Amino acid sequence: MYANVLVLAPEGRLDHDNCAAFHSALDRHLEETGNVAMRGVVFDLSALEYVSSAGLRCFMLAAKQARVHGGRILIAAMQPVVSEIFEISRFNLILDAFPTVRAALESLSPESARAYDQA
Amino acid sequence: MRVRFWGTRGSIPVSLTWRDLRDRLVEALVAGSGQQLDTMAKAHEFVERHLPFSLRRTYGGHTACVEFEPGSEEYFVCDMGSGARAFGEHVMARNAGRPATVNVFMSHVHWDHIMGFPFFGPAYVHGTRIRILGCHDVIEHAFRLQQSPPCFPVPFDQLLADIEFVQLVPGQTVQVSGVSVTPKLQLHGGDSYGYRFESAGKSLVYTTDSEHKLENIMNTEGFVKLFRNADLVVFDAMYSLADAVSVKADWGHSSNVIGVELCQMAKAKRLALFHHEPANDDPHIEQILRETGRFEELTQQGHRLEVIAAYDGLELEL
Repeated sequence: MYANVLVLAPEGRLDHDNCAAFHSALDRHLEETGNVAMRGVVFDLSALEYVSSAGLRCFMLAAKQARVHGGRILIAAMQPVVSEIFEISRFNLILDAFPTVRAALESLSPESARAYDQA
Repeated sequence: MRVRFWGTRGSIPVSLTWRDLRDRLVEALVAGSGQQLDTMAKAHEFVERHLPFSLRRTYGGHTACVEFEPGSEEYFVCDMGSGARAFGEHVMARNAGRPATVNVFMSHVHWDHIMGFPFFGPAYVHGTRIRILGCHDVIEHAFRLQQSPPCFPVPFDQLLADIEFVQLVPGQTVQVSGVSVTPKLQLHGGDSYGYRFESAGKSLVYTTDSEHKLENIMNTEGFVKLFRNADLVVFDAMYSLADAVSVKADWGHSSNVIGVELCQMAKAKRLALFHHEPANDDPHIEQILRETGRFEELTQQGHRLEVIAAYDGLELEL
């Protein structure tokens, strides 16, 4: 957590086999975005090697859920393969992506970027 | 088994416009400048070898109509979209006056899948046998309705062919003139049905107008079973994945990405992107094909899937 932004960093592969578990875990975190102080969630995907269609859908559902609470979901630091999959599936058009976690935090709130710099 | 695509476009027929054609001519002339294209043969060779598909050909604009030849005297075709007119000419030319027997497998009866039937020449020939097979109980009603006044001048009852409607049951494999046919229920407004056809050791899956809900594991497993080791899967790839699961969710169509994933899980050999979005021009479909091939490369795990984009006039040997 950096100030009012939660950073989550899934690792490995996110596919049909584990997306249900990922979605449940995500739900618990996203409930926290209901907290008025929370501005959103940044997914640090620097350790994510692969994402399937089912995994992409989890990100989209997370973004929808966060919007209900007035929060945002941002994607950051994708590996090249994951970045290509986002483009081919056109998920780059429906989710905001940033080259670094810091850039994503800066977009959500200056406080979170400062907290990240000081960490 | 030979497969011929007579119509590959989704929802509504489209055509190249004069602007499309003019711009292609201009691009081709520029590409050919300085090439000494002073004979038809040289020009043909240049076009085929050096110009991209989206310049030298077109994916075409007829709606769904896919023929397969299992090596029988009879004809087999999926859907009667606007491509059925050209398919009818093919049947008439090949049969040269002899009455044909045509087996038509209907995915569903939305207009783009039946609109070619009133222009299907063999339906107007005495002695032709047309067997229309499908799982919906409204197929005959839909075929008659589109040929009722005031929509069309020739009523269905005036067609000269012997036309029979055969109800199939989803999940039940039947033999149709030597071809094994297994229909499967699909998610689409008013339902649609996909088919697995098997003959002489070859298998073809025709699955159009079918939405896939990623969270539904049973759905995924059912389609993996339908696609298992298929030689060719003709797949509804109308939308991008992002559109299919967001703004166009519940519109009853699928995406290239889902097509690749299901075929990979099923170890199918070849995937034909089908039911092209009418708003997509040839360069756009060509780009989708390139990206889909790249997606297959990125995600393949020991199994190679060939990806193609179906176009009107494409013939494949399985």
